[in-house]
Amino acid sequence: MSVDVKTVKRVARLARIAVSEEDAERMTGELNAILGFVEQLNEVDVSGVEPMTSVTPMEMKKRRDVVTDGNKAADIVANAPATEENFFLVPKVVE
Amino acid sequence: MSDLTQLTISQARAKLRGKEITATEITEAYLAAIDRANPALNAYVAVTGDKARDMAKASDARLVKGEGGALEGIPLGIKDLFGTEGVHTQACSHVLDGFKPRYESTVTTNLWADGAVMLGKLNMDEFAMGSSNETSYYGPVINPWRRSRLDTVVMPTTHQGDGGFVSAGGTRTARSLDNAQLVPGGSSGGSATAVSAFLCAGATATDTGGSIRQPAAFTGTVGIKPTYGRCSRWGIVAFASSLDQAGPIARDVRDAAILLKSMASVDPKDTTSVDRLVPDYEAAIGKPIKGMKVGIPKEYRVDGMPEEIEALWQKGIAWLKDAGAEIVDISLPHTKYALPAYYIVAPAEASSNLARYDGVRYGLRVPGKDIVDMYEKTRAAGFGREVKRRIMIGTYVLSAGYYDAYYLQAQKVRNLIKRDFENVFAAGVDVILTPATPSAAFGIADEDMAADPVKMYLNDIFTVTVNMAGLPGIAVPAGLDAKGLPLGLQLIGRPFDEETLFQTAAVIEQAAGTFQPEKWW
Repeated sequence: MSVDVKTVKRVARLARIAVSEEDAERMTGELNAILGFVEQLNEVDVSGVEPMTSVTPMEMKKRRDVVTDGNKAADIVANAPATEENFFLVPKVVE
Repeated sequence: MSDLTQLTISQARAKLRGKEITATEITEAYLAAIDRANPALNAYVAVTGDKARDMAKASDARLVKGEGGALEGIPLGIKDLFGTEGVHTQACSHVLDGFKPRYESTVTTNLWADGAVMLGKLNMDEFAMGSSNETSYYGPVINPWRRSRLDTVVMPTTHQGDGGFVSAGGTRTARSLDNAQLVPGGSSGGSATAVSAFLCAGATATDTGGSIRQPAAFTGTVGIKPTYGRCSRWGIVAFASSLDQAGPIARDVRDAAILLKSMASVDPKDTTSVDRLVPDYEAAIGKPIKGMKVGIPKEYRVDGMPEEIEALWQKGIAWLKDAGAEIVDISLPHTKYALPAYYIVAPAEASSNLARYDGVRYGLRVPGKDIVDMYEKTRAAGFGREVKRRIMIGTYVLSAGYYDAYYLQAQKVRNLIKRDFENVFAAGVDVILTPATPSAAFGIADEDMAADPVKMYLNDIFTVTVNMAGLPGIAVPAGLDAKGLPLGLQLIGRPFDEETLFQTAAVIEQAAGTFQPEKWW
């Protein structure tokens, strides 16, 4: 499978990365080189093989559903580019 | 006392405990060395001198009382991927500009609890994506090793007075250093250079496809990626969560064992951290390997591999045989599929993990006409080319209609790769010996690799299988090539059998010796 410039622009939109016409052209070549490289996986017989879900066989750890942490609003917003009263500020999203 | 930066961790530990030196003295020695070398090598992106001095002072107070921890007073460098409270933590990306976390990663918390001193944050490929440390927003790290050439020098006949030095002429050979700058490998290139150039006693690093072992091999240092689940991932900037593991880069096998013992722990904050006590890895060093079964996988003999790598591998086999190990030929039939499967699984996980860099919660924000425009502009400006490339691949392979063909297929192949190793270990093999990399360090701005991303990816061909299977792997220096550059061997072990890796690596180290670059910086 290979991608064209149109697909690259659609994927960039999904990934929320602005691309110029020139970027999209360049990326098309690069992505096709990588997709060409991974193509060889199709020759592997995977019949009856489960997809890996965990690299080490282990039970999912569980803990009691209780609050163990919190009251850190100031810490959480400390690195944000724009905040007000411990809220993140973003451009207007509702009219 | 001569240069304190030359001491290994085990030597410094003995001198600190014996009160022959102080933590403050050794810390000052490293800070001075960094000051001199960093403009040339670019290993550190942030030096935390005041913090280092405070930590050293506290260490000295504990050492005086005989209350020193396992790493008391040992100055370390920390890869920029580890969250360090109040200190530069940017994964060497522009998108994390100015980020100073309000928390400390579990691994670094463990190191400070054992008394280690932080010298600063180390350069790396952006978000750990790269094999040459050239994708860093802070510029490439320079390998302290340079190629050298053997020159034949004609000696003039000289007489220097009565009883003075007399040279009868003739010829001798001398090595002269080439000026070309080489990469230290990546992504932990800052860690490898800092350890190799004596800018820290040891360093933390991380390994998703070879990012500890490949730079260790390129710089003549020892690097171990432990079993997935051995070191907590909590507080480490995520790249590909099912593959990422932290580990140390050190000057010798014993130092790597000392560091891993402190870095590893059982952590309730990481659900993939495994409930197993951390053994005393150092105790494995020096144990005989007589009767140990060492597997040699035929699939690691790849086309175009330099003869010197093959010769090094044979030397490694001979050393282990001489030490009493039994050498067996083995087959890991799915080896060639590990790298292509990795380039689906890792970008897929990365595209998800890196979705958080949106200009809202931390780091860079580029204003836009609405929120989506702001996201797109921020991410376009904040991520470098390689990171964008991987996010794009990951987004594509996870997008509707392609998930089964790419991601599911890759995860099935991944199970087959793991099964290959399980079969070999079930047949009684204790440890697997391979080359660590398909070449020695290459030049900065290598044209072939810049033109074709897949060429760069091939650097990880021998290391990536280990991440795909979650196994431990260690790179240990084993010799120099004809141009005087270090080459490494890799040992792969059973899950959570890091002890066998240290035990066997120590035998290789004993036979090969340790390697230091000639100082030019």
